[in-house]
Amino acid sequence: MIQAIVFFPLIGALIAGLLGRIIGHRTAEYVTTGLLIIAAALSWVVFAGYWFAPEAAEGAGHAEATKVLVLEWIHSGPLALDWVLRVDTLTAVMLVVVTTVSSLVHVYSIGYMADDPHRARFFAYLSLFTFAMLMLVTADNFLQMFFGWEGVGLASYLLIGFWYTRPAASAAAIKAFVVNRVGDFGFALGIFASLMILGHLDFDGAFHAVPEHVGQTIRFLSWDLDAMTVACLLLFMGAMGKSAQFLLHTWLPDAMEGPTPVSALIHAATMVTAGVFMVARLSPMFEAAPFAMNVVFVVGAITAFFAATVGLVQNDIKRVIAYSTCSQLGYMFVALGAGMFSAGIFHLFTHAFFKALLFLGAGSVIHAMHHEQDMRNMGGLAKKIPRTYWMMLIGTLALTGVGIPGLPIGFAGFFSKDAIIETAYSVGGNLGTFGFWSLVIAAMFTSFYSWRLIHLTFHGDPRPAHAAAHGHDDHAHDDHGHEDHGSAYDNAHESPNVMMVPLYVLAAGAVLAGFIWHDQFVGHAEHIAHFFAGSLVVTDSVVEAVHSVPFWVQSSATIAMLIGFGAAWYMYMVDKAMPARLAATNPGLYKFLLNKWYFDELYNFLFVRPALYIGRALWKGFDDWLVDQTIVEGLGHRVKDVTARVVKLQSGYLYHYAFVMLIGVALLLTWAITMGGLLG
Amino acid sequence: MNFTDHLLTLITFLPAVGAFLLLFVPGNDTAGQNLARWIALLTSIVTFALSLWMWSQYDASNPGFQFVENYEWIGASIGYRMGVDGVSILFVVLTALLIPACLLSSWGSITTRVREYMIVFLILETLCIGVFSALDLAMFYVFFEGSLIPMFLIIGIWGGKRRIQAAYKFFFYTFTGSVLMLLAIMAMYWQAGTLDIRKLLAFHFDPATQTWLWLAFFASFAVKMPMWPFHRWLPEAHVEAPTGGSVILAAILLKLGGYGFIRFSLAMFPDASLQFAPFVFTLSIAAIILTSLIALVQTDIKKLIAYSSVAHMGFVTMGIFSGNVMGVHGAVFQMISHGIVSGALFLCVGVVYDRMHTREIEAYGGLVERMPRYAFAFMVFTMANVGLPGTSGFIGEFLTMIGVFQVNTWVAFFAAFGVILSAAYALWLYRRVIFGALTKESLKGILDLDAREITVLVPLIVLTILFGFYPAPILDATAASVNLIAENFGKAIGAAAPLVAAAH
Repeated sequence: MIQAIVFFPLIGALIAGLLGRIIGHRTAEYVTTGLLIIAAALSWVVFAGYWFAPEAAEGAGHAEATKVLVLEWIHSGPLALDWVLRVDTLTAVMLVVVTTVSSLVHVYSIGYMADDPHRARFFAYLSLFTFAMLMLVTADNFLQMFFGWEGVGLASYLLIGFWYTRPAASAAAIKAFVVNRVGDFGFALGIFASLMILGHLDFDGAFHAVPEHVGQTIRFLSWDLDAMTVACLLLFMGAMGKSAQFLLHTWLPDAMEGPTPVSALIHAATMVTAGVFMVARLSPMFEAAPFAMNVVFVVGAITAFFAATVGLVQNDIKRVIAYSTCSQLGYMFVALGAGMFSAGIFHLFTHAFFKALLFLGAGSVIHAMHHEQDMRNMGGLAKKIPRTYWMMLIGTLALTGVGIPGLPIGFAGFFSKDAIIETAYSVGGNLGTFGFWSLVIAAMFTSFYSWRLIHLTFHGDPRPAHAAAHGHDDHAHDDHGHEDHGSAYDNAHESPNVMMVPLYVLAAGAVLAGFIWHDQFVGHAEHIAHFFAGSLVVTDSVVEAVHSVPFWVQSSATIAMLIGFGAAWYMYMVDKAMPARLAATNPGLYKFLLNKWYFDELYNFLFVRPALYIGRALWKGFDDWLVDQTIVEGLGHRVKDVTARVVKLQSGYLYHYAFVMLIGVALLLTWAITMGGLLG
Repeated sequence: MNFTDHLLTLITFLPAVGAFLLLFVPGNDTAGQNLARWIALLTSIVTFALSLWMWSQYDASNPGFQFVENYEWIGASIGYRMGVDGVSILFVVLTALLIPACLLSSWGSITTRVREYMIVFLILETLCIGVFSALDLAMFYVFFEGSLIPMFLIIGIWGGKRRIQAAYKFFFYTFTGSVLMLLAIMAMYWQAGTLDIRKLLAFHFDPATQTWLWLAFFASFAVKMPMWPFHRWLPEAHVEAPTGGSVILAAILLKLGGYGFIRFSLAMFPDASLQFAPFVFTLSIAAIILTSLIALVQTDIKKLIAYSSVAHMGFVTMGIFSGNVMGVHGAVFQMISHGIVSGALFLCVGVVYDRMHTREIEAYGGLVERMPRYAFAFMVFTMANVGLPGTSGFIGEFLTMIGVFQVNTWVAFFAAFGVILSAAYALWLYRRVIFGALTKESLKGILDLDAREITVLVPLIVLTILFGFYPAPILDATAASVNLIAENFGKAIGAAAPLVAAAH
């Protein structure tokens, strides 16, 4: 069964990619989508097995994952790595997330991409991505995970740059790949270090070896450092790249250049959560490296706060959601860093539903507005596209975490996000205080920008297009480009059912996922341990501490959410001039946020330009001038001067050179052979 | 007498026989040119088939030399000795695979002196296979040096505008290096009393002598690789060489250096190799980082790929001198993979060069619009060049880095920067050539790959992806010999101090 889940998307990708032009777009769409739906259905069957009877699904022994050997891979010296599909509870959760969102996005794309002339290629890429992601989550060793990791990076690159005629899309695609590679730099070194320390690269072997290596030191670069800390920090660097954490986040907002279904699937629900999955999968290692855990915690908290601040002022509907994604990923890492791995995975799970819902909803808005993405040009759309409006509302309620504190009643985000905020508080000390307040403030901002998005897009009166800000997509869609922008509102239309049905399904998940599964992920310690059955670390004391936080902490997220809601309501529904006034009175802060803390400029100054400058200097200065013109040609000229009288070398006759050389070689060879002969 | 007893001789000299036959083909008229093409192609294909057959007969569990032929020739010291082991057999197959690809790629683009071109290529094939299968140092030297001549002619006769200068530079660099190697070979003879490589492998040179011998061999192999900073001839030679010449240069001739490092430097001079390892690591890192930066700013497609070759060879030298199984195994794999991938990349450049007659990146853009098949092929090889898992490029890079990490973490740390930089330059190249809007007037009529080009490229695509997912054919064939070399190296230098220390 697991083979079918993993390889059906690959088959779909190959059929659509290689035979797309023969079988036609329509067939390619149906084949890939059909195969994905089958894979999703099978995934739910697998998941149900773990949900209802973890022991039965695991087999008799505790923590025995199902493994299916596919093919031998790299065998060299102490290395023995194979392609193995591994299924345990953690994998089953990821299987459900990946295949469900992916199949819904496939269906949605049939409508969204209906006018695109390269649809078969698009569906091939989507299915290829899904395959790589499934390889990642079913990996049984570090290297197969790395394969999936890079494979999703490739698919992401291809999909961000899907509209290849747009320079911004190509640039964003390269940026995504290269920034991810910066993370991979750490990931790769982390894998090397893990092999050296633990002696195994398969997960079970490595995890079994962890206890005996706790406290050992490793000579890394020029220092003797704690072995597990080094390995975990390096691996975490990979997670930071893939999950767009602070300092390596710059690619994610730019990645919005890709088609919106791609943003929903890759840059919200699945690929960007790979880092979270990686840390959870490697939880036995991180558990043994307390310092690395603290780093994960702090990076997560900073990201959650940072991305939320940037999200406050963005005007592009997709970028707001992108920064929101970045911020929510920070929440997940906070949970992981606090040792509450299951809470991080729970937020990953619920977030997949409501963030995919928000993105696909935004896609529906963009579709309705003829590829207008600037929220300043929207407004009052609730009347025009009421069904999309309701779906976006549900997504927002789930994201902002609406629920009743103290009772298990609320939207999905309420369960998972509040659990993380409580986890942060339960850590205690300076660290816990820092994490807790970062997350609470971020929750307030989340609520503010989410409602700001709703108000700007759906409420109030329609606004005519800004003269300066044109929609992003009109280069790629000439067919829409002719339309008069002023009448975009009048022409706004509800999306077809093929796009709406996926929204309904995701909305159901956004409403119900938290309520149904919260006990398995963040309930009693033994329930969590029972559910995960050893596939990630569950520490009883951590779970107990989370459950014993005071009531004001439990309700803090809800209070923050209400404040954010109130502020957004006042600023965008009551006193509409206030945002402009605020921006005018704090121009520095506004610019700082609008320019995303100037990270792009900083990196350009620190890395990109020096790299090009050094490259040019080495090329023109060292290679061409010093080595080539000065040393080699200088030497050549001296030789020429001497030999000019003998042979007209500069005559340029090839045969002269060849002849001289042949004689030289012949002489040397004769000498060598006769020497050998004489001596022998 | 058994057929397999002389199989290696047959594979080595069959192309030379083909070249000899070509001498009798009239070279001036079209019919003669076509005949020459077909004779050369058939000869190379038969050679390839024979090499595959040899691979199938090869016993991978035996680390020693196989298909050995051993005859005395000049006295007892120089013999006609041939044989292959796990390190060399795949290079023979690789050479035999790529020559037909080169001949096919020049089918239409070489129109002057066609017969001579074919002769030179077949001679080159004989010489390259000879390098990998010679078991006598004198023979090795003859083949090694001899391979210079056809390459010199290929660049000098069928090259671009600055071909004379490039050919001259190519010759100047490589010949300077090999003179020193010749001296070392003679010194080895005086010490060991034989030029039989199998005997030399068992002979223990005293460490002081090793130092000098190592340096002399290094001079030759480092230029051939080429290692930084002896690489300057390569971009020039690539730029001026015709497509087929570039392919062979990148895919085979560069490997002669790496093969030499494994066979001679590491295996015969272990003490010196250990002593010089930091030196080699430094140059390897310089190659990986500095030439990648240079590749980033290139404006000529071929030069960019040439510089990226230097960077990839940095991984090879780094892996070899890590001296452990994973490092050496990775180095061999990386060389085979690079042979396929860089060869294919130069073939890809040749495809557009044949159509547009320019290698300037600026002259292209938006090719995917008119050439979707080409864009796909180029994407596969670009990704392999970047070292994406699932392509053959990944396995070698990964093994060399993980091998060197066990020895020196600094080296692995710096080498890993290559992972970032290769993505930057390769994808940027791809973007500028393939993506973007097709606005240039000159490109509007450009045609996609034709049947001949597809025939050449598809097998290479298949191999690139196959070896990425299932590298076992290469790894298994080389494992026993590599294990032996690493084991001997380990014995010779004694166990190094472990990098992971016990708890305080």
